[in-house]
Amino acid sequence: MRIPCPFCGVRDSQEFSFLGAAGLQRPDPNAPDAAKLFHDYVHIRDNKAGVTRELWLHSHGCRSWIVVERNTLTHEITGSDYASDVMKEAAQ
Amino acid sequence: MKYSVFSVIQQALRGQKDWKPVWRTPDPQPEYDIIIIGGGGHGLSTAYYLAKNHGLKNIAVLEKNYIGLGNVGRNTTIVRSNYLEPGNLPFYEHSLKLWEGLEQDLNYNVMMSQRGVLNLYHSDSQRDDYARRGNAMMMHGVKADLLNREQVREVVPFLDFDNGRFPIHGGLMQWRGGTARHDAVAWGYARGADSRGVDLLQNTEAKQIRVENGKVIGVETSRGFIRAKKVGIVAAGNTTRVAETAGLRLPIESYILQAFVSEGLKPLIPCVVTFGAGHFYISQSDKGGLVFGASLDFYTSYAARGNLPNVEETIEEAMAIMPSISRVKLLRHWGGIMDMSMDGSPIIDKTSIDGLYINCGWCYGGFKATPASGYCFAHLIATDQSHPVAERLKLNRFETGHVIDEVGTGAQPNLH
Repeated sequence: MRIPCPFCGVRDSQEFSFLGAAGLQRPDPNAPDAAKLFHDYVHIRDNKAGVTRELWLHSHGCRSWIVVERNTLTHEITGSDYASDVMKEAAQ
Repeated sequence: MKYSVFSVIQQALRGQKDWKPVWRTPDPQPEYDIIIIGGGGHGLSTAYYLAKNHGLKNIAVLEKNYIGLGNVGRNTTIVRSNYLEPGNLPFYEHSLKLWEGLEQDLNYNVMMSQRGVLNLYHSDSQRDDYARRGNAMMMHGVKADLLNREQVREVVPFLDFDNGRFPIHGGLMQWRGGTARHDAVAWGYARGADSRGVDLLQNTEAKQIRVENGKVIGVETSRGFIRAKKVGIVAAGNTTRVAETAGLRLPIESYILQAFVSEGLKPLIPCVVTFGAGHFYISQSDKGGLVFGASLDFYTSYAARGNLPNVEETIEEAMAIMPSISRVKLLRHWGGIMDMSMDGSPIIDKTSIDGLYINCGWCYGGFKATPASGYCFAHLIATDQSHPVAERLKLNRFETGHVIDEVGTGAQPNLH
């Protein structure tokens, strides 16, 4: 599997480490149901069979956190972007 | 037909003409008391113990392919109970005790071989850690032997004891551990369940669990709707996909684990050997092939095939302890999809839906648990109470903080 890093270009997946699903929102610790929200945030996953968005770290490269769009049924990778850019877009 | 030495001799004299298929191929009934989704080792053993221990009759097992295609036929066949955590150890010891009587119980040769499981340690601190694990086992009445370097050498003299990076200082041995023939376990449980009246519905995929007013009413399958009073999900790597049809979200991620088998060799490795400085385990099958595996491919996947970097990693770990097998040819390697839970320990529990039960999170240690998993899941489905040895394997332990983190890596399934 090769992953397109937005900074380094297409690199072997061995250079990257995998964290998990992208786009999880850290809940507000002061919310009345914070315990439940944090349980879901830490432990519950969609675990989709199909196209997912996930966080990878280019640990043996530019050390950027990137969001990779990947199909878990075929391992096909259809896109990647800096995680910081994805966060900024989500905030807007 | 009951298997015995007499039936073997009798059939030899009659030209092997009277052997019958060991299970039926029934059509689905419109309604069952209990439907088990997943005809793997755990699903079949659940059906078997529901019939045997609880006297229940009207049971079906749904299997989307054929029996033995899934992880029960894809693992490295290791059986052991050398666990540390109080939530896990009694459960796996219960399982090992069931393994010890399984062939008589099933009247089926599962080739259970208690040849020993040896975990190597490579440093002083790792010896202390293994001593702690051995002590935890002995406190639960499970025998463990901490072997020094010379004692290990007596058992497996061909290891690279003076490896420059990972010298072998000794090992923790569980002599009662070993291996079993994985396919025979599936077939034995299938035969046992079928002969007690369980309908094994192969090539019948569960499409949708139907729920009305918070209560399960049946399963929509590829062969039509089947009503059921109770439904158990035992779908391993596909647990999330089955459970989400009932609206459940689970603390599970699916990853691939690869396994390998070499060409057949004369007897070489007398027990199961694991490499302590990485994650590698190897044994030799009765046919002579070396059966081995290592870590997960570290990203979520539903593709039952792995990538090459992990093949390289596995071979490197093999060379670190056993350079003598460097010229052995690999016969084949394959992948299976693991239901990795967030703390690395299994879940056997009720769900928020009335009549819907779940058995998942086996990570890559499910084979050894096959008997106890079915035993405890059957107990739960039949009585609505957790079996005492499985009472900590609750779904809500992630909410209450009672996680069973055997490896101590936190909520990162790919690190367990």
